[in-house]
Amino acid sequence: MKTSFINRLLQSDRGSGIFLGVLLLAAILVPLLNLAVPEGSALHVPTYTVTLLGKYLCYALLAIAVDLVWGYCGILSLGHTAFFALGGYAMGMYLMRQIGTRGVYGNPILPDFMVFLNWKELPWFWHGMNHFPLAMLMVVLAPGVLAFVFGWLAFRSRVTGVYLSIITQALTYALMLAFFRNEMGFGGNNGLTDFKDLLGFDLQKGSTHVALFLATVIALALGFLACRYIVNSRFGRVIEAVRDAESRARFIGYKVESYKLWLWVFSAMLAGIAGALYVPQIGIINPGEFAPLNSIEVVVWVAVGGRGTLYGAALGAVLVNYAKTYLTAALPEVWLYALGGLFVLVTLLLPQGIVGLLRKLRKQSS
Amino acid sequence: MTARLIDRALGRGIRSQPLKPDVSHNIILYLEDITVSFDGFRALNALNLYIEAGELRCIIGPNGAGKTTMMDVITGKTRPDAGSAWFGQTIDLLAMREPAIAEAGIGRKFQKPTVFGSHTVFENLELAMAGDKSPWKILFAKLSGEQLGRIEQVLETIGLTHERDRDAGSLSHGQKQWLEIGMLLMQDPQLLLVDEPVAGMTPQETERTAELLVSLAGQRSVVVVEHDMDFVRSIARKVTVLHEGSVLAEGSIDQVQNDQKVVEVYLGE
Repeated sequence: MKTSFINRLLQSDRGSGIFLGVLLLAAILVPLLNLAVPEGSALHVPTYTVTLLGKYLCYALLAIAVDLVWGYCGILSLGHTAFFALGGYAMGMYLMRQIGTRGVYGNPILPDFMVFLNWKELPWFWHGMNHFPLAMLMVVLAPGVLAFVFGWLAFRSRVTGVYLSIITQALTYALMLAFFRNEMGFGGNNGLTDFKDLLGFDLQKGSTHVALFLATVIALALGFLACRYIVNSRFGRVIEAVRDAESRARFIGYKVESYKLWLWVFSAMLAGIAGALYVPQIGIINPGEFAPLNSIEVVVWVAVGGRGTLYGAALGAVLVNYAKTYLTAALPEVWLYALGGLFVLVTLLLPQGIVGLLRKLRKQSS
Repeated sequence: MTARLIDRALGRGIRSQPLKPDVSHNIILYLEDITVSFDGFRALNALNLYIEAGELRCIIGPNGAGKTTMMDVITGKTRPDAGSAWFGQTIDLLAMREPAIAEAGIGRKFQKPTVFGSHTVFENLELAMAGDKSPWKILFAKLSGEQLGRIEQVLETIGLTHERDRDAGSLSHGQKQWLEIGMLLMQDPQLLLVDEPVAGMTPQETERTAELLVSLAGQRSVVVVEHDMDFVRSIARKVTVLHEGSVLAEGSIDQVQNDQKVVEVYLGE
């Protein structure tokens, strides 16, 4: 029963099967090589690498969220890191409240930055964020509600195409400016950092990072399967119809706005989850995460991997970020040009991305 | 208020029982004294037209005679300045909006075929199928045996059974037109409005289309707007000639072609 369900989800799609297989392999090998293989061995995976891989997978989840709306419904979001960052801030607030008296000022309630600003009490939206379940609810609720309000207004007014992309940029830019302000109560410029532990597990410990890596793998696999279910359902065929001929879809009786809205909200929530997993692994969240450039980078990952395939987006996110890690260390001044050049090259030469190229090669060889 | 907003957000809408036309007097469409003006230009001028249940009617007329405007009035796209439009005995078309009219059973095929190119022929028909189209229902929708049978039946009718798994985008022009007619049929309309179905078709495709339209009439009424007189001759039992927004002549194709007024309009100017 269970296998047949998963089989149905994958529906003769080889790439998806390979993708899930690689995730499973990573979930087994990475913890094993980190914890069981002694340091100094050639096979040992250092904790630094585990965290780096965890970060890539968070980006992969974000890329899948973007691919869901862009690749399947034609909504080019240039502001998805807004949802990512909101999820990250919700997690960051929880982590800040866990610090307690271990902060520099030792205040049991107020995070350090509030003491520094001479605040006497906790702002209302910080209440309850010391409870993990509530914080996790906010991880999906904050981006979800923002996406709902934004989508409600934009889709009902039938804003589409490049205009929609521009207002998503404006959205994330406005949030960045707002979060930079100290008065917002999110630590301003410095953001939230200096985290100590998560659910009682020390964030300085390697084993905690391995656990976070595993949590990210699971979230990515589940998020991928959920997206897969959506795009393989009749709902998925409707949103593709909306992408290809919106007015025609409306004409045969589909409420296009509702379809876009729910897809958009779901995608924003996925982005929020990715952000929440990202923050404890990286150890900081600040308004820089809202930067419009970041959202554009996500679109580049998806385009490089191949949009409209989901696993292609994940592949693109990992590859581009690996290149980024490498190039920013080896040739820091080249990175931005490489990113720009990559986008131009992919758009011109590989409109279907790497996945499209692989499919073409396979077709030619068979 | 909030409940309604949530309902609308969820795409539930307020759905009453779909109205079905009452054709007890054997007339499915009444257009009476319909007048439409655009900036003083009378596109329709006290037009009177009656379509019988099960009839196949051709509408011809020179450019600007009001053929498209008439279709727009029937489907709710244009509101007339005067007159009345009834679907059967009981449904007042002028009080309804486009989706409601479509749901009541009037399907319209536009001149330019628009099918969903990256979906297969089968999926196109599935998408067009009548039924609850709210997002939640559709997310978990499964094809019942009955619905599958319905799709296969329509595939058979439009002659695309062998193309069912092909991407609609790769079909020929004529096949796209048939697929679009098939998509209309999936909505199970009582009245089909077809705008220039054979424009740009090869002679063989034209012939196939004629057969298709003739086979559709009977169970449902079909109104065809067409310029191609040979095509009209091959399908029509009754032809209506529009001129300057009202009916100039009506009758069999031979009667109409020998009508002095019609000859003047088509050849005189």
